[in-house]
Amino acid sequence: MMKLTSMTAALLFTALSAAAGQALAGCPTKGVKELTGAGATFPYPLYSKMFSEYDKACGVKVNYQSIGSGGGIRQLSEMTVDFGASDGIMEDKQKADAKGGAVLHIPTVAGATAVVINLPGVKSGQLKLTPDVLADIYLKKITNWNDKRIAAVNAGVKLPDLTIAVVHRSDGSGTTFIFTNYLSKISTEWKDKVGSSTSVNWPGDVGGKGNEGVANSVKQIPGAIGYVEVAYAKQNKIPWVQLQNKAKKFLEPSLEGAEAAAEIPTLPDNMEVVITDSANPNAYPITGFTWLLIYENQADAAKADAVAQLASWIITDGQKFAAPLDYAPLKGVAQKKAMALVKKIKVNGALVMK
Amino acid sequence: MAGDEVTLETLHRALPGVKPVSARRQVVNLGDRLFYIVAKSLALLVIVLALLLVADLCRGASEAIRQFGLKFLVGTTWDPVTHQFSTLPTVIGTLVKGFIALLLAVPVSIGSAIFLTFYTPRWLRPVISYPIELLAGIPSIIFGMWALFAMVPVIRVIQIWLKAHFGWFFLFDGPAVYGVGVLSGSIILFIMITPIITAISKEILLTVPRAQIEGMLALGSTQWEAIWKVALPFSRIGLFGAVILGLGRAVGETMAVTMVGGNSFAMIHSLFDPVHSMASQIASEFSEATYSLYVSSLIYAGLVLFGITILISLMAQFLIWRISKGKLALLD
Amino acid sequence: MNRHFRFRKFVEWANWVGMLCCISVSVFFLVAILGYVLVHGASYIDWEFLTAMPVPAGETGGGIANALVGSFLVVMVASLMALPIGIGAAIFINEFPSHGFGRTVRFLAEVLTGVPSIVVGLFAYALVVVPSGGFSAFSGSVAYAFIMVPIILITAHEALRLVPDSLREASLALGIPKWRTIMGVVLPVSSRALITGAVLAISRALGEAAPMLFTAFGNSFWNVNLTKPIATVPLLIYTYATGPYDDWHQKAWAASFVLLVIVLLTSVLTRAFLRGNSDE
Repeated sequence: MMKLTSMTAALLFTALSAAAGQALAGCPTKGVKELTGAGATFPYPLYSKMFSEYDKACGVKVNYQSIGSGGGIRQLSEMTVDFGASDGIMEDKQKADAKGGAVLHIPTVAGATAVVINLPGVKSGQLKLTPDVLADIYLKKITNWNDKRIAAVNAGVKLPDLTIAVVHRSDGSGTTFIFTNYLSKISTEWKDKVGSSTSVNWPGDVGGKGNEGVANSVKQIPGAIGYVEVAYAKQNKIPWVQLQNKAKKFLEPSLEGAEAAAEIPTLPDNMEVVITDSANPNAYPITGFTWLLIYENQADAAKADAVAQLASWIITDGQKFAAPLDYAPLKGVAQKKAMALVKKIKVNGALVMK
Repeated sequence: MAGDEVTLETLHRALPGVKPVSARRQVVNLGDRLFYIVAKSLALLVIVLALLLVADLCRGASEAIRQFGLKFLVGTTWDPVTHQFSTLPTVIGTLVKGFIALLLAVPVSIGSAIFLTFYTPRWLRPVISYPIELLAGIPSIIFGMWALFAMVPVIRVIQIWLKAHFGWFFLFDGPAVYGVGVLSGSIILFIMITPIITAISKEILLTVPRAQIEGMLALGSTQWEAIWKVALPFSRIGLFGAVILGLGRAVGETMAVTMVGGNSFAMIHSLFDPVHSMASQIASEFSEATYSLYVSSLIYAGLVLFGITILISLMAQFLIWRISKGKLALLD
Repeated sequence: MNRHFRFRKFVEWANWVGMLCCISVSVFFLVAILGYVLVHGASYIDWEFLTAMPVPAGETGGGIANALVGSFLVVMVASLMALPIGIGAAIFINEFPSHGFGRTVRFLAEVLTGVPSIVVGLFAYALVVVPSGGFSAFSGSVAYAFIMVPIILITAHEALRLVPDSLREASLALGIPKWRTIMGVVLPVSSRALITGAVLAISRALGEAAPMLFTAFGNSFWNVNLTKPIATVPLLIYTYATGPYDDWHQKAWAASFVLLVIVLLTSVLTRAFLRGNSDE
């Protein structure tokens, strides 16, 4: 009950200061007090933090539930939620099916996907992998850790004679989307045989449920390799590998690497781009945005205002909560273009934010 | 007529010319009539809801049915990228895991129920049976997590040992080091359905009339003979019902089996191979199924699962009928 | 003592050992799992955990108050729907037998036990959420009720079936109308088994997360309005268990422990309540 009292106090303070003429940036101006959103699990920890702070700042309760990117897209299409969230870009057919018309993809943060391993005697960040080797491991063409091609890039590392156990996600996920997107870009064989999606027909071996499932499987199975969001790798203390990016540099997964991946000159205005295999020399290769999905043409003026204000707050004031939770904040051009998209939100033809 | 039960039916059979009063005719006054209508409506509601569910499943699956037809049931490709879907590996995965789980659960749970009913002092009974009911209420995710953290490492050790010593046997000729797979999935299912079957079986065994048991004992039988010859035949059909409930859970369980089943979409060759069950596949992929054929295929898989459950229930009914054929059935 | 008698004694002893093994296996897993939950979860529980609202990621402390209340509401409404349907239908099948109809209902109930909970959730979504335009606690109750009815129906049917006909006939012979016979004689006699079925169904519902994803949806804030999204404990456990943070995992175990205590309390209280009322 103490928490409720302090919340009331915060609300009073907010109301008083608003009444005193200080308009708080990013808060709804038309009286909306509740919003509902659904979608991606990847940004859920960050959004839970952001929306809790947003409640303190603006007195608006944003109820976000992580039912998955596909779920978010579907609920947005059905208009049962005010905004969706997705780690993947909507397909053309989905865009056509959306009941509210055109959908804006507004990126909020970027995240890196780490490739993790379980190799006795090899420490985190010690092993190096090139893109073709990674792809061939997942294609089951390289099956043992002491393969020549792995040794070629890892002079001085003792590689045991151990079968490689390939771990992937058994459930559909944005992380899989980003990972397979990367593999498709760097390996034509992967692109032809398997392809890129939230869920694919993996050549092998074990499917783990969720990031947690993959992390645990890799931790338990000697000789395993898998891919998880950086936060899970860090929290579970699983060794990860250095990956070679497009500029031929070997990099461990990091926030800086993720931010760099987003800083490319070729960002499209609609921000519907997957920033894997980025050309930036400091970019970590397996990085992706996560987006808010908002209808461009809204019907309700108050809701439109609330949603637009929320989105603008997320990509400006909200960004300070990203780095402490291992998410790469938007910077520079990415942030500007994201803001430009928020400004495109209209209600009955009129722009909501100038 | 020795050994036959005495029921309304037998009485009326023994006295020809006296027709049994149907239940319908027992309804003689307003109170009864109202009660009858209310009860019947509730029973009808169950049928209506079941039909609605099937209709909803069919509607959702229609796109996939039109696209794949019956090839869906025998194909072995599940590829969301190329829009190819079929379910044979998961059907097999579901059936194998469910069957093994049942094979382990039925003796253990009915044995436990017998022990609780006949060999446990009355004061001790709730001490053991309440926690067993508790197990039935643990969220599947917790079962899954416990299985992944605590059970799989143990199973892995067992699998490696089995492969080392009996690897020539096809069942043990698989990737033992994974730990997750058919064996782990079956065992967690076994652990999950045992409490349900035990709890219900215990209740059923407790209703066996003491008089019959004591009669047997007075005639010099051992406790076990009394159980085997009196208690079990008496409660046979009820025990079957308990097992059916357990089977339902085994076939429909998603979360726990997803966490330790290995979740790969391939035909299994050994006990150590990883494989999806249909329920775990639907639950895993549904949230992220991005296009309508994908969603529809998952619902089609749900429909197939429904069909399989119907088949299994039909077989169970047939088994009951065969067991009680010739003896006076307690049902209908 | 002749040989045959010694053999029978041996069989008796062997089966006793066999049954003992079975119960030992059950108890072993019981202790292993409950113990694991206890060890990992009990230490995290304090008054704050039970009464405070969840805090966002990265912060420690906070609690599961909204989920506890939410689960209670959703499961209670579900039980109010499922118990009459399940027990009523079971009464109809057993007390008013009609060739075929009863068997169909029972058969359908058995088939329905095998429906994965996520499919039930989708069904409730199509039935309640889509027509009403939004997620609600009530749609979650519908989903739970759908899972509970088959369990209640089957256990109630078995319980009623085992009530000896002689009791019914005695009652009818005394001139008591059939409905009074059912309510006043048959139900009380079978009450213990009925309660077991109800408790099993309720505990199953309390632990199911998947149906809630598309119905009750979940809520990070306090809500007791049945027409709006609401937090539930299993969904919270699922979110925390699959998150990256150790703190979240601890909360998941602690919440599971709380759930178990609730199930135990439900079991004990319903039995105590009804033992006071029946003539056992």
